[in-house]
Amino acid sequence: MSEFSVDKELDCRGMNCPLPVLKTKKSIVEMDSGQILKVISTDPGSIADMAAFSRRTGNELLEQSEADGEYIFFFKKS
Amino acid sequence: MSEDRQKRMALIAAQGTLDWAYPPFILASTAAALDMEVTVFFTFYGLTLLKKDISAQVSPHTNPAMPMKMPFGPQGFQNISWPIPNIISGNVPGFDSFATHLMKKTFAKKGVATITELRDLCIDSGVRLIACQMTMDVFGFTKDDFIDGIDFGGAATFLEFAAESDINLFV
Repeated sequence: MSEFSVDKELDCRGMNCPLPVLKTKKSIVEMDSGQILKVISTDPGSIADMAAFSRRTGNELLEQSEADGEYIFFFKKS
Repeated sequence: MSEDRQKRMALIAAQGTLDWAYPPFILASTAAALDMEVTVFFTFYGLTLLKKDISAQVSPHTNPAMPMKMPFGPQGFQNISWPIPNIISGNVPGFDSFATHLMKKTFAKKGVATITELRDLCIDSGVRLIACQMTMDVFGFTKDDFIDGIDFGGAATFLEFAAESDINLFV
């Protein structure tokens, strides 16, 4: 996993659809353009959801990975 | 993004049971999170979802496809889907309340938001909630029964927005 300088981290562990996407949107709206948001989720549906969120809102999904049942996403605010 | 204008979703919520309360609020809040302009029109039984106190219940008797599982006990026990004969689901007093309680408990355990939370998220993200004026009159509801921040209108109000919408859904 590459290292990003994360500006904000959002813990969505234990949350089920649609909360991970809703919380991600809420967090990213408060950030400045170019800042990086790290989201951790345990919802398997979030893999597809976060990619769709990225495409729909234009916030680039820099990287996504999985480790021990946790899904980690790095977004760059557009 | 290469869109010319913002995507729009119009949704009619016409059901008032707990299982039918989730789809409109989940879809509306998620569409708003995806930068869509959303309007939800609450009519008939769906109007009860705009009340200050949502007392939506679920009825397994009319939902034979519902898996009846217990959200407690060892995993093997939790996996059992109990067949409930109609004579119980339709005749035992309080069965719907019991089933509603179990559903809420299951959803909380799985980290799913409550209806009220989802409704608040919708309002926070600018989703327009319209209460059907006709249903209000017919069921004898007054404005005081409902939460703040909603509009009141009829079919034409909804259809004006729906005519310009990319997604149109009836729940």
